[in-house]
Amino acid sequence: MADLKNAPVPDAETLVDIYRRMIRIERNDDAIRKTVRLGRLTMPYYSARGQEVIPSTISALLNKEDQICTIYRGIHDMVAKDMPLRPLWAEIAGRIDGTCKGKGGPMHLTHPESGVMVTTGVVGSSMPIANGLAWAAKLDGSKRVAIAYFGDGASNIGAFHESLNLASLWKLPVIFVCQNNGFAEHTRYENATSVDFISKRAAGYAMPGFTVDGNDPVAMYAAAHTAIARARDGEGPTLLECKTFRFFGHVLGDDDFYMTKEEKAAAMADDPLPKFRAKLIADGHATEDRLAKMQADIEAEIADAQEFGLNSPFPSADELRRDIFAEEIPA
Amino acid sequence: MSEMVKMNGLQAINAAMFEAMEADPKVLVLGEDIADREGGGVTGTMRGLSTKFGDHRVCTTPISEQAIIGAAIGVAINGYKPVAEIMLMNFTTVAMDMIFNHAAKLRFMSGGQTSVPLTIRTLTGAGWQTAGQHADHLEGWFAHAAGIKVVCPSNPADYKGLLLSCIQDPDPCLFVETGGTLFVPGEVAVDQGPIPLGKARIVQEGTDVTIISYSTMMLRCQAALAGLAEAGISAELIDLRTISPWDKQAVLDSAAKTGRVVIVHEAVRNFGPGAEIAATINEELYGQLKGPVRRLGGPYSPVPFSKPLEDAFLVTPEQIVEAVKGLMG
Repeated sequence: MADLKNAPVPDAETLVDIYRRMIRIERNDDAIRKTVRLGRLTMPYYSARGQEVIPSTISALLNKEDQICTIYRGIHDMVAKDMPLRPLWAEIAGRIDGTCKGKGGPMHLTHPESGVMVTTGVVGSSMPIANGLAWAAKLDGSKRVAIAYFGDGASNIGAFHESLNLASLWKLPVIFVCQNNGFAEHTRYENATSVDFISKRAAGYAMPGFTVDGNDPVAMYAAAHTAIARARDGEGPTLLECKTFRFFGHVLGDDDFYMTKEEKAAAMADDPLPKFRAKLIADGHATEDRLAKMQADIEAEIADAQEFGLNSPFPSADELRRDIFAEEIPA
Repeated sequence: MSEMVKMNGLQAINAAMFEAMEADPKVLVLGEDIADREGGGVTGTMRGLSTKFGDHRVCTTPISEQAIIGAAIGVAINGYKPVAEIMLMNFTTVAMDMIFNHAAKLRFMSGGQTSVPLTIRTLTGAGWQTAGQHADHLEGWFAHAAGIKVVCPSNPADYKGLLLSCIQDPDPCLFVETGGTLFVPGEVAVDQGPIPLGKARIVQEGTDVTIISYSTMMLRCQAALAGLAEAGISAELIDLRTISPWDKQAVLDSAAKTGRVVIVHEAVRNFGPGAEIAATINEELYGQLKGPVRRLGGPYSPVPFSKPLEDAFLVTPEQIVEAVKGLMG
């Protein structure tokens, strides 16, 4: 079984790249929340604020052709995978220029060019499909890998267990990335999950399982690098449990009654983003000026995308007859 | 005329699979017990495939229906053409999230960016005393989901031709095999190619009444034809072949001609496919019919075990004759 003792450490440019993805996620999330609160976007929004490190680190290790299957709380996974923001904004606004012509919306974006193959609104359903993405990579004889993103709640669904068993049996190049934010909807982890660490469940399927601090880019890099290298080398799947915290509840507007004010405040005070930024500067990996410029560029990209998305036309009713099947349904 | 050979549905499916896999390396097979070391599938329809095409293309899976359909979806999105076997139709319910929420909807929900050219083969039908969890006709459930085609063959030639079409189709198809039809031999052209989906077949032309059916009930409708002829009734018999999308034009043309319609299926009558067909005929031909559209189907009951109950569950040729006579007035 793999261990993380000799796992590589990210170099300075990789760390800055991880930060770039994190700040792009955070700025974009901030813009979405503000736009929803202003009433300019009407949508259910499952913010992943606080979980930026996980997909940012993983995506820094992925190639463009690597594929992900994510979930309704997954816009951070897509942004980390370099999904262009213009079609993303048009999609969450339900417009024709969206990635999915406005037919998927914020819980179901797809963008194959970025490797975002499926986003599911159903808890637990990313894993069986990610297996198929990985199976195709194997049949193609490629070194491509597939990532299944999901939350802690999804590890209690049958699909999780079926998927891990099949992936291990078939040695599929897939990485099961559990973003454990401590709550399944409103239910606290320990009230819904039989084991203290989800990674322990990997043993039942004869695959390595690691629990890592999902808010620490260096720890995440070690685990993700190991898992991705295993998959690329044909050694099969890995389960990564990445411990994190979501800042804005299950769905935007939650009052978070199911947690204490103190634990929420403590988690938010431990925000991985400013911490990582300060460390990059303190360690001499990036200057204040460079990061400020990076942030300004990202904010400009987001402002442009927002403008584009909110001004794109709505789809016409004819779209109800298109994309049901390859052939349009007659009027 | 091409040369005809006699074979049953099992052999026709097997022949279609060999042809499809030979013609296109992207065609894959997965499911429980399907490789030769497990017997080539529960009915043997996949026999010989793993030996000929290898374990990488013909994959026996664990008993994990969600994982089977999930893997088939993911591989299909990447351009493969998987044929997934769900041993029995009742077991599709275990994979319903994958089939209904994902396979059927991903083309639409991705705005046409991805497609799922997946064929799900499954087996069902009462008559084998397998009772309420192994014999249901759930085609109506799937016909209610936009984005998946539902195909119900009734004879060996259709088994072959329709399966070839499902595999080539760019969208997900549910291919329903039935215990009542699979073992019945029939003539199949040696070069039997794909039969278009969504097209019904007029089995017998007639002028007094239109009988619409599919799957095993087609055989019972055919058995009723002699009794109808004896009674001097000229019946037109239509094999729907595809439940979704169904051949409205063929049905409406025939109903307009005869003015009388009886729909027969094994699925439970309540909310069954017959209800949709009857309602459509009523909407399109109101005032032109000589009587109400009649529906014969399973009673509002799970499929029972006990033989007399199971016999009573299934529509008989005599009941079909009676229903038609009732319409003739």
